[in-house]
Amino acid sequence: MAVLVVAEHDNAELKDPTFNTVTAAAEIDDDAHVLVAGAGCRAVADAAAAIAAVRKVLLVDDAAYEHRLAEAMAPLLVSLADGYDAVLAPADTFGKDLMPRAAALADAAQISDIQEVVSPDTFVRPIYAGNALATVRSPDATKFMTVRATAFAAAEATGGAAPVEETASAGDPGLSTYVGSEVSGKERPELASARVVVSGGRGMQSGDNFRLIENVADRLGAAVGASRAAVDAGFVPNDYQVGQTGKIVAPELYVAVGISGAIQHLAGMKDSKVIVAINKDEEAPIFQVADFGLVADLFDALPELEKELEKIGL
Amino acid sequence: MKVFVAVKRVIDYNVKVRVKADGTGVETANVKMSMNPFDEIGVEEALRLREAGKAEEVVAVGLGPRQCQETIRTALAMGADRGIHVKTDAELQPLAVAKLLKAVIEEERPGLVILGKQAIDDDSSQTGQMTAALLGWPQATFASRLDIGNESARVTREVDGGLETVDVKMPCVVTTDLRLNEPRYASLPNIMKAKKKPIDEKTPEELGVDAAPRLETLRVTEPPGREAGIKVESVAELVDKLRNEAGVI
Repeated sequence: MAVLVVAEHDNAELKDPTFNTVTAAAEIDDDAHVLVAGAGCRAVADAAAAIAAVRKVLLVDDAAYEHRLAEAMAPLLVSLADGYDAVLAPADTFGKDLMPRAAALADAAQISDIQEVVSPDTFVRPIYAGNALATVRSPDATKFMTVRATAFAAAEATGGAAPVEETASAGDPGLSTYVGSEVSGKERPELASARVVVSGGRGMQSGDNFRLIENVADRLGAAVGASRAAVDAGFVPNDYQVGQTGKIVAPELYVAVGISGAIQHLAGMKDSKVIVAINKDEEAPIFQVADFGLVADLFDALPELEKELEKIGL
Repeated sequence: MKVFVAVKRVIDYNVKVRVKADGTGVETANVKMSMNPFDEIGVEEALRLREAGKAEEVVAVGLGPRQCQETIRTALAMGADRGIHVKTDAELQPLAVAKLLKAVIEEERPGLVILGKQAIDDDSSQTGQMTAALLGWPQATFASRLDIGNESARVTREVDGGLETVDVKMPCVVTTDLRLNEPRYASLPNIMKAKKKPIDEKTPEELGVDAAPRLETLRVTEPPGREAGIKVESVAELVDKLRNEAGVI
């Protein structure tokens, strides 16, 4: 049976985690469909149709879905779910908000944050901040799940030519209204999908000092992240947070600066390909997961790192 | 207005969790248990609403075995007025918790329900959304700011890439994010007072809810470990290794 992926987008472009979610869908069943619900979002549907692994795109173009609020989206999902083995969305704030609501309306369990498809009804998901992995089986006819994007490769964005089928709106239940958004300064790559991430912790001592991190990040074309301690201390906004209750990242290179390495933080970055830790405390637990550790004062090391990167032309 | 807060008893966030050798779960014997940190933020927010004159009563609801009463008592010691304990020894999954909460909410008719955005044990992040769905109420998840009006609430949400503000009709379900507030500690006099505050006991059977688990956990395993690497002596050596050995810059 087919699998439906709920596209995450901004009415103009598909968001990166959608591509990883399509890969997870195709592992469950070859017949992967994508739902694009939004307002004036035809271009997004066309982009979804071009993904090689996608067999069909459902387009629901209605003002009710302009901001994809869960109160409107969940009944739409339930109206379409019949006949699907599974309905998937990325396990980010979009999917986490929407999927439990849809599952409950369908009287189905929801499986959060799957990182492996064992069989079409059995999945592996992290619990306890990734300190344990649970293999769970669902008996539901349609399974509602969120997908850990970093655990699946991104699907090929081109090569497909799936039909786009216009589908009826389920209307706006009128429970919630979008007021506005405040996007944090993002000339940088998105944290969750960046190739390189440079993160600062409590050791940064202030928000102003994050300038040192940004200078290095600029050289590397990196996203900037932070530990919960740095967010708690008010150095940087919450959407910088990497960890159990923040973002999960798995870049090629993760540089942890002034981060001690609490399990809650490790949960968010330990699947990175190469981990670098810079910390003046030799005993910091972050060194236990780091491929390359540098015991140094970050206020010396960061400017020096910036210079060394400049030397090699970055 | 009456405010409901749900409080979950979880393994304390400082405990290093260990997987049981037989693969059936994690070790909970002789392990320190605490209130889920996001639920503490929920209790705090409810208390602030009461202190601001926007709520009259704060009710803490806990679900699970007998020991959950300790967690409810913690909420009472922080300042909640009374507790409700839905008592069961069975495993509770988010859908069942949402059904039980719905049943209690329909009996008690609070104007606002606050939950943590996620429990740090199963990391599901589902119960608030499911409860809202079953009640047909709006949900304001991952809240970092909450302004309660008569007809609606304006909520700022922590979303990927920044903040989003929504208006939701009352009554509604709110789930808390980190920056909503900083929870208070219970004072000793309040801990003493909390011992006298009432906790009502109910069972899933009395509430007419089938709370049986839906998902079957086949096994729980340790994740693959990560080996510690090497220490470098200088920034120059670090850059050299990253470029010529790891090939990532």
